[in-house]
Amino acid sequence: MTDGNKIIEMEVLRYRPEQDQEPFYQSYEVPFADDWSVLQGLRYIKDDLDSSLSFRWSCRMAICGSCGMMINGVPKLGCRTFLRNYYPGKLRVDALEHFPIERDLVVVVDDFMNKLAQIKPYLIPKQVRRLEQGEYLQTPQQLEHYRQFSTCINCMLCYAACPQYGMNSGFTGPGILALMHRYNVDSRDGGREERMELGHADEGVWGCTAVAYCSEVCPKEVDPANAINQNKMGSAIDYFLRFIRPRGATE
Amino acid sequence: MEVFKSDVAIVGAGGAGLRAAIAAVEADPSLTVALISKVYPMRSHTVAAEGGAAGVVRDDDSLDFHFHDTVAGGDWLCDQNVVEYFVAHCASSLTQLEHWGCPWSRKPDGHINVRAFGGMKVERTWFAADRSGFHMLHTLFQTSIKYPSIRRFDEYFCTDLVVEDGRCQGVVAIEVATGRFTFIQAKAVILGTGGAGRIYRENTNGGIVTGDGMSMAYRQGAPLRDMEFMQFHPTCMPGTGLLFTEACRGEGGFLLNKDGYRFLQDYGLGPAEEQPRNKFMELGPRDRLSQAIWHEERKGRTINTPYGGAVHLDLRHLGRKKLHDRLPLICELAEEYMGIDPAQECIPVRPGIHYTMGGIYANLETETPLPGLYAAGECASNGIHGANRLGSNSLVDIIVFGKLAGEQAAQYARSVQNSEPASLAKLAADAEQRALTVVNRTDGSEKHSVLRREMSQSMESGCGIYRTADEMQSTCDRLAELRERYRNLNIEDKSSVWSSDWLGALEVGYLLEVAEAVAHSALNRKESRGAHQRLDGYEQRDDANYLRHTLAYHTPDGPPRIEYQDVVITRSQPGTRAYGAAGVVEDEQRQQEPAHD
Repeated sequence: MTDGNKIIEMEVLRYRPEQDQEPFYQSYEVPFADDWSVLQGLRYIKDDLDSSLSFRWSCRMAICGSCGMMINGVPKLGCRTFLRNYYPGKLRVDALEHFPIERDLVVVVDDFMNKLAQIKPYLIPKQVRRLEQGEYLQTPQQLEHYRQFSTCINCMLCYAACPQYGMNSGFTGPGILALMHRYNVDSRDGGREERMELGHADEGVWGCTAVAYCSEVCPKEVDPANAINQNKMGSAIDYFLRFIRPRGATE
Repeated sequence: MEVFKSDVAIVGAGGAGLRAAIAAVEADPSLTVALISKVYPMRSHTVAAEGGAAGVVRDDDSLDFHFHDTVAGGDWLCDQNVVEYFVAHCASSLTQLEHWGCPWSRKPDGHINVRAFGGMKVERTWFAADRSGFHMLHTLFQTSIKYPSIRRFDEYFCTDLVVEDGRCQGVVAIEVATGRFTFIQAKAVILGTGGAGRIYRENTNGGIVTGDGMSMAYRQGAPLRDMEFMQFHPTCMPGTGLLFTEACRGEGGFLLNKDGYRFLQDYGLGPAEEQPRNKFMELGPRDRLSQAIWHEERKGRTINTPYGGAVHLDLRHLGRKKLHDRLPLICELAEEYMGIDPAQECIPVRPGIHYTMGGIYANLETETPLPGLYAAGECASNGIHGANRLGSNSLVDIIVFGKLAGEQAAQYARSVQNSEPASLAKLAADAEQRALTVVNRTDGSEKHSVLRREMSQSMESGCGIYRTADEMQSTCDRLAELRERYRNLNIEDKSSVWSSDWLGALEVGYLLEVAEAVAHSALNRKESRGAHQRLDGYEQRDDANYLRHTLAYHTPDGPPRIEYQDVVITRSQPGTRAYGAAGVVEDEQRQQEPAHD
């Protein structure tokens, strides 16, 4: 509900590949209420001012991960960022950094989706258990080892924040490395060695230059930088173990 | 048009669709399964479910208790044969997710922990903090990556089912990135497209929850069943409608009116006690709580907000540690969106639309009346929710019946062959034309965003928590008018790449059809039961006339045709639905009766 008193200027990146030579900014005057998110502002534009603006959104509550975008140059979720915090100044909305723009604020996420699939993001059981045997036992402490890394909503803000990914999109990147860590440190999982083949590579944990901006922009406190750091330790230990362990032996 | 040949096509990649896909390829790894979704799977609305999923695990619990809670909670409009199957398969379905890595919250000994939920006699709600749906969805999505024969079509928007020879043989979809059409041929099709909460204004649902599958099936002659039963969740954020999970009350939260009084004790849910007690007070069912808030507002006992009257959700006594351990997402919503620290202040909440209890009629085998078409999850009406769904039954519904749908569709797909390619291609081309007609018209004048807004306001005023014939009739009239105006749509954006203007218009088309089914089903049910409450002389439940499911059938140019279907009763004859102290008396009487077998 807007009281009609406050109007904020939103400058939004526009790019429609079928008609625009290059991206440009379009400015909109958006009346808003104090509880309005940037996403609500964009939806107002789409419904009432300009139906041609395209952007992804769904849940409005920072859990589906659809509406990552650059807001005044910072990677944020549109639904969890509020217009009141920018008023009376103006607000500039760009597509998520480091991804190709498909149209307007919509970016191509194929690279992220492909990397997600590559790291075997599923439980590879240490011991196979039949359904009739009931659940694997896992204490709250064991759960705590990986819990925070399991709360990644795949919003890709950390990719937009990562200078390394910006320079070399071959780098696996923070979110996916955190997800790999999530399974590696799950007490039920035995797939670490399989997954770390990718993790050891230059595209894996060693691609990270420890800027840690990824953790700063993460809306869910996943702390991917911490996950990567823990894996650098693990990866380094693995590297040295290779020399002292007979070929083919397992732990 | 591009053609992709599959054995089983699944529309929707939320919990039900993903579970179905895994079940189908596990049943027969040689099958090709097409999994089609208008969003990337992890954006599906399952992600937003918070509280948890029901499955009997405790020694003091039983399948019989879960059965009775569900059937009485549904005001006896449940198909009891389906509820029996359901309760028997809940725990193993949840254990399967655990084996796939789902981070269910644990007891100190490492076993699964369960929490209390509304309308449930014993604690049986499995939970992953208050992000249960999120974790279930990501577990299912990530697990699905293991199976190479699941071929995903992410960001493909379905426009139609292809029905030939009296069977469903595929779907037509638009690739969102390019605007190009693909015909996904299949021997069996499963719909797992979720609900239609977006027919209302203030709701907990994501923008994608637009009834697509319901409408596609309905247009092909499959009936939508029990659509008048739309669930209002009692504790939503004023304005946006964002959800504060029932787990807030399961963990011990109170509901207070503006005087700080736990008003639910005035509505047959008392007595009020300090400790949460199952099926008492704040742990009553959602329909009763939403109705009580409605009455409090009319008595002038609610807190004023710019969005209408609200009551207070009081979590202060739970303490900061428990709040952050058990309800982190709730804390985030209160803090980030409302500037409220729930450890120190009450959260203003009001009822909002949450769940579509009706849906595409599907039997115990998840089959719809259209051969080759299966439905599971919120888009389906399989009979487990009746007139009021219990919280934590839907997250397990999607995996119990998603799995079954995958198995059933796989079996059916092996038993049939597709019709001649030419006849299917013709139908697919017709579907393409229908979708293109919406965008290519140049003489239209209506904006779909305007129609959507008028629809959602009309649904809210005519088909709300309490209903009268006059108000429902004016909603029906308004929807008929909107249906006419929809023919005169003007889509400004004619481009092909990510044309959300066009796809949004198609969604409004789906919403309008589902809204009409809801409004007419409501108008025709002349009684009060569960989430359908009337104030115009039909205040009581009327088992003599309405212990029946509503079936709404699509007609070419008018409102739906309404028929009725008997409810399946196996062992629980309709009784008084009581909670609080009265519920205890009712339970005792019921236990003294001979079992109905």
